[in-house]
Amino acid sequence: MKKEILFSLNGIEVSVFVLGHERLIDVLRKHLSLTGTKEGCGQGECGACTVIVDGRAVNSCLYPALEISGKSVLTIEGLQGPEHRLSVLQQAFVDCGAIQCGYCTPGMILSVKALLDSNPKPTEEEIREALQGNLCRCTGYVQIITAVKQAARHLLELS
Amino acid sequence: MTDFRFIGKRISRPDGPDKAAGKAHYIHDLKRPGMLFGKIKFSQHAFARIKHIDTSKAERIPGVKAVITAQNTPEIRIGFLRDNFALKKEKVRQYRDEVAAVAAIDPDIAEEAVEQIRVEYEIQPGIFSPDEALQKGAPLIHENDSRGRARTDNIVPIKFHHESGDLGAGRRSAKYMVEGEYSTPLVQQSCMGTAGCIAEFDMNRNLTLWAKTQIPFLAQRDFNRALSDMGLQDKNTRVIVPTLGGAFGTGLDTHTYEYITILLAFRTGHPVKILYSREEEFAYLSPRQSSQIRILQGCDSNGKLVFRKVEVLQDNGAYTSWGATYPSVMMLPATSLYRVPNVFFDARLVYTNNTYCQAMRGYGNPELTWALESNLDELAEEAGIDSYELRRLNCNLPGETTPMGLKISTCGLKESLESVVKKIEWKKKHKKGKNRGVGMASLIHVGGGARIYKSDASGIILKLDDFGNVYVYHGGVEMGQGLHAVLTTAVAEALGVRPEKVFINPTDTGTCPWDVGTHASRGTFMAGNATLLAADKLRTKIFELATDVYPREVKKSLEKYRKKNPGYQPPEIDFKKAARLENFDIKDGYLSIKDGPAEPWLNLELGRFLRAVHFRSQGQMLTAEAFYDPPNELPDFEKGYGNISATYVYGTQGVEVEVDTETGEVKILRLTAAHEVGKVLNPEGLKGQIYGALAQGIGYALYEELKTEKGRILNPNFKDYKIPTIQEMDFPIDLDFIEIADEFGPFGAKGIAEPGLVPTAPAIANAIYDAVGVRIRDLPITPEKVLAELKKLERR
Repeated sequence: MKKEILFSLNGIEVSVFVLGHERLIDVLRKHLSLTGTKEGCGQGECGACTVIVDGRAVNSCLYPALEISGKSVLTIEGLQGPEHRLSVLQQAFVDCGAIQCGYCTPGMILSVKALLDSNPKPTEEEIREALQGNLCRCTGYVQIITAVKQAARHLLELS
Repeated sequence: MTDFRFIGKRISRPDGPDKAAGKAHYIHDLKRPGMLFGKIKFSQHAFARIKHIDTSKAERIPGVKAVITAQNTPEIRIGFLRDNFALKKEKVRQYRDEVAAVAAIDPDIAEEAVEQIRVEYEIQPGIFSPDEALQKGAPLIHENDSRGRARTDNIVPIKFHHESGDLGAGRRSAKYMVEGEYSTPLVQQSCMGTAGCIAEFDMNRNLTLWAKTQIPFLAQRDFNRALSDMGLQDKNTRVIVPTLGGAFGTGLDTHTYEYITILLAFRTGHPVKILYSREEEFAYLSPRQSSQIRILQGCDSNGKLVFRKVEVLQDNGAYTSWGATYPSVMMLPATSLYRVPNVFFDARLVYTNNTYCQAMRGYGNPELTWALESNLDELAEEAGIDSYELRRLNCNLPGETTPMGLKISTCGLKESLESVVKKIEWKKKHKKGKNRGVGMASLIHVGGGARIYKSDASGIILKLDDFGNVYVYHGGVEMGQGLHAVLTTAVAEALGVRPEKVFINPTDTGTCPWDVGTHASRGTFMAGNATLLAADKLRTKIFELATDVYPREVKKSLEKYRKKNPGYQPPEIDFKKAARLENFDIKDGYLSIKDGPAEPWLNLELGRFLRAVHFRSQGQMLTAEAFYDPPNELPDFEKGYGNISATYVYGTQGVEVEVDTETGEVKILRLTAAHEVGKVLNPEGLKGQIYGALAQGIGYALYEELKTEKGRILNPNFKDYKIPTIQEMDFPIDLDFIEIADEFGPFGAKGIAEPGLVPTAPAIANAIYDAVGVRIRDLPITPEKVLAELKKLERR
């Protein structure tokens, strides 16, 4: 039996009919064709599928679709700025060499976004803590930390 | 060329913005109209005879479009020795063997159908270690070879052997010698994007395959052979490479799942996709091979190395992939890391019922360097020589030819050793620590391609349009390492255009010229050299046409300029003299005369020039192609001789650790990596390659290991198979790039994709020894192993 869920996706109200066993990642990738959210393990171990729900970074592969009703979801597609430009955070990842294969990147960026929204001046330790659930096999994380620091600095300058 | 416009500058990778926006399309994101989903039934018995397969229940499930087995499909043999089959008919030889597959309209239905397939087996006792497999009377994993000839033992029929100098004389002249046995585990490449492909036939019965591959053209050859096995003679495969979520060697072979997808697509008449889950990736994809390595080496009373004997035993698993040729690279450090006159090297590969393996970054080099550089420290200890001094004393030098016949053009080993000694404060810290210690290890690797196939070449096409844009068609594969950033920069530099005007086309065997594959750290070296050749041809074409077109066009510009600037007096220019082929230059997308007057109207925008050449009677469009085949040799691996690469890279890593003697835990305090690179082309990209490799090297050293029980992988997930997280990479890393421009390298550069993980494990092991006097010879260096050795020390 499919059930209708209503929720806010990247600032727009949407309605989707889902099955009981479906997950938030299925709603995004399968039903809405938003393939920016990546599935890396399906078990909440790699963080590739991270999205933001009501301000908190969550693994969308563990999140039951039915529970998204009435909530607010931000995916990588919602981060892009006007006129097809990257957000400050995304640009920092590009500029600092924090992206290689890019498969972990959307999830990584959303984990950082959730961190910086609640803590605009994180210490390196806080950055590590926020990103400990996001695996990356390419970069060794060094330039990712540089990118987060640069983004935080730029965002503070702008605000 | 020393004054570069873009080379060595901070230029962002062209695929960065789309990846940051979630707009890059991986195999996971691709769909074709009418596409079905495939799923494979794996044997889950390591050694058994297949008695019967019942697919009737699966076939009756609504939405199932095909169920295939070896009984109802043509036989497709695959692998380096063609000892593997897409689907297994009579026997399964490993836990992950493919016995059946399903195509259905939905992944869930496909999964359900696979569960409904019933297979009856007659289970046989398996062999799970090379030692067992070598015993007299051991059951044969393969009774026949691919040509049907009877086999008599479990030794894989590929020989890797080297002998140089006089080993006996070397041994007699040694004052000190140390023997040791070292081992390395199975390691999973752990690409963040799992394996998968889409196969689609057109109505001419030609195949298009979207594949996660590093060897599109060798894959095309393999798949065409499979089409032929399927009765599709003279039919063709077009291989398209989507964005790859990492590869690290997993793309160097064609895979059973790809052939199964092809069979399903042909059977159903629909495009079919097979995508591995993370668990399937861990359990059913080929990992890095394990190894047992015995080394005996010795030095004279002055510390000069006088001989080295290396014997490798490799668990090949049930079938043979390209990855089985690891010893082809193991020979490099065995014969050519440090100067050693008398060398013996031999490798034996043995069939077992374990998972068969494939390539992973470093390709045998991390394994052998682990053994060699650990053993070298043990020798230094035995001889009472500082281990840095021992390395310095036996340092390779530029211009030498090593026992394997490697011609060392440039060599930065001495510089890298000196860099590490200084940065890690060796003299202050070595042999000083209480539970703290420093260690180092060096490496040699190919840096100018690696001829392991008849051709080691790479083709490129540069196509100009009417707007001064350059389209690049290159057969190399971007898998995250930054090849497209290097290509963009190299094309911009060599041609004289801005990087924004360079567009890299997706890798596609239908449009790109041939390339042997993106492996052996060859992408930058090959793409760079091919670019230089093609850009030179294109510039020559442009300059030839410019002798006539340029004066005409700039005279028009001059008229406009005069209208805007009344009273302007242009300098006298004799175009007959000036507009000569050799006088032209292109810079930032403008054609001009070298050393001419700096008048704006003399700079002709490339797009305008190209339109003038195009839109006229008998007009032309400009393209150039080049095919670069490096000056290296296909070695004779049975003799262990041949200059496999056009140039080589050396490097050294140093590490400081602290060992917790209560728990056995090893904490890395800092790491310094000095690598010779020829020339830095893209600084951020290069740093990323080394940082990432270091993380993989640390995982290899301290915790990564696929655990098996009777051929079954026991830890097929990231919870039980740990790769480094951001929390583990919490120490300062100091990188030093040694730039000694190499005559063969594009802009002087060498390949540097793999070296970063090669010496990390022995550097850590050597530091642990320095800290607590414990020598671990079996990777990974877990706290349990350290603690057990500490206890042994206490008892002594």
